[in-house]
Amino acid sequence: MMSYLLKRLAGAIPTLFIIVTLTFFLVRLAPGGPFDQARRLPPDISAHLEHAYGLDQPLLIQYARYLRALAHADFGPSFRYRDFTVTELIAQGLPVTLELGTCALLLALVVGIPAGVFAAVRHDEPADRLTMLLAVLGITIPSFVLLPALALLFGLELRWLPVAGWEPGSVRVLVLPVVALALPPLAYIARLTRGSMLEVLRSPYLRTAVAKGLPRHRILMRHALRPALIPVAGFLAPAVASIMTGSLVVESLAGMPGVGRYLVQGALNRDYTLVMGMVLLYSTVLILTGLLVDLLYTWLDPRIRLAR
Amino acid sequence: MKEGAWSEAWTRLAAGRVARIAFLIMLALILLALLGPAFSPHASATLDWQSVATAPGGSSRHWLGTDRLGRDLFVRTLEGARVSLAVAAVASVVSISIGLGYGAVAGYVGGHTDRLMMRFIEILSGLPLIFFVIFVTVLFGRNEVLLFLSIGAVGWLTLARIVRGQTLSVRRREFIEAAIVSGASGARIIVRHVLPNVASPAIVYATLAIPQIILLESFLSFLGLGIQEPQASLGTLIAEGAGELQSAPWMLLVPGTFLTLLLLSLNLVGDGLRDAFDVGERG
Repeated sequence: MMSYLLKRLAGAIPTLFIIVTLTFFLVRLAPGGPFDQARRLPPDISAHLEHAYGLDQPLLIQYARYLRALAHADFGPSFRYRDFTVTELIAQGLPVTLELGTCALLLALVVGIPAGVFAAVRHDEPADRLTMLLAVLGITIPSFVLLPALALLFGLELRWLPVAGWEPGSVRVLVLPVVALALPPLAYIARLTRGSMLEVLRSPYLRTAVAKGLPRHRILMRHALRPALIPVAGFLAPAVASIMTGSLVVESLAGMPGVGRYLVQGALNRDYTLVMGMVLLYSTVLILTGLLVDLLYTWLDPRIRLAR
Repeated sequence: MKEGAWSEAWTRLAAGRVARIAFLIMLALILLALLGPAFSPHASATLDWQSVATAPGGSSRHWLGTDRLGRDLFVRTLEGARVSLAVAAVASVVSISIGLGYGAVAGYVGGHTDRLMMRFIEILSGLPLIFFVIFVTVLFGRNEVLLFLSIGAVGWLTLARIVRGQTLSVRRREFIEAAIVSGASGARIIVRHVLPNVASPAIVYATLAIPQIILLESFLSFLGLGIQEPQASLGTLIAEGAGELQSAPWMLLVPGTFLTLLLLSLNLVGDGLRDAFDVGERG
């Protein structure tokens, strides 16, 4: 187990290396630089700035320097947010984004899976149809429509929850963004769970369990649910990706100080180091999710072995 | 595509009630976007200073209200929808062509080429492609052609996989052998003999890709990376509306509802088609 984990983590390094290399050159190929502003800087100042950030060096030397710094876990200084290093910026925003994202993922699982099981048990009854119709709706409504609509209803009309803003430790400000972020993966998880649950319920070993006269909830929980969750585990990586994408707009709509804004803003400002830091951060999260999914597989289906 | 495939698709689709209703709603929305503005007395760019940010309905001369500058929201939304649909149409053509070509070549050629091509798809589907799209649009300026291409480049993965699976099974059939024996070139066999036979799953997955593409376009436009002023798409209208939540909520609700209905009907039609043809990921 441990050796498998280490091997997988080591295997992630080439992937990250390729991603770093691609983004490094892609970002620098683009027209415009980090110090282009509406008002042109005097040439000697901009030359000085470029020298200070090492931008006057040949591209390959910049690349080598960046890699060396990276090996020491140093993402470099931000070009736009002066006096901040990328590491500091990410460290400030990441807890907010992680809190938002984790809550959304948990909500999606905690509501989505039971909803799917419920629909499967009530297969072809009105309750099933209604749940699935709601699921299509949930998959469909874009988060950038849903969040303002929720804010309008619960914030401005009913005045139950704050429309936007952020306070550390406050649950009330989290509710609407989390719901808006969780809904698409939640609905998708409900559909997946229903589908695989229906398949499992038809399998011979479950008929055996029914024939043995086991109580219904025991059959569902102990025998059917675990194998039915395998496709859901496979969906975790896309779910994390969808939540990460959604958090780009949800954070800005809800005025939350997370890291989502850095990706788009950083790229617009040609803030090279910040963009690279964000890309590395997101890729690492996705790679770790993939690893988690593989571990989950072995738990859900003991026939799957990790050793290789 | 053969005419038979279309009429068969239609017959099967019409069998499901939900899909049939969704199809009619989809058609109505598209027609509304294309023809609706012609029936309104207002033009999308006209500023009506007498009625700035008026609410919809009632005594207003504007059916669905106006925005901050007194522009008619009914016309603005429908013209925005037109832009969204146009982007989606072009991007869908791009992504469906890539998907069909890629899948058919991989399936038909087989062997190492196939393995390599499928491995490439696997790697791509592991990456959140939206970040790639955001990147490309941000880095190389907000250029419409690029927007079409980069959105189109995202939607073809599933389709390529399906088409490859179908091609693998078609490749073994006698008429392909007959074509090979009679000396047809590989390209000709793929275009004339393979593609027509993988058409029905291709239609299904193309239908499912279209709402995703529309959503992606609105998402990018919402972020300010897609369609730019003075042009509007559903995404930019929603972004404007989200900023006026307190004073003019209809500015969010009108384009938001239109987009949601459009995506919902397209998704339901796609689901209905998939059920009707019973094509799974494995093909």
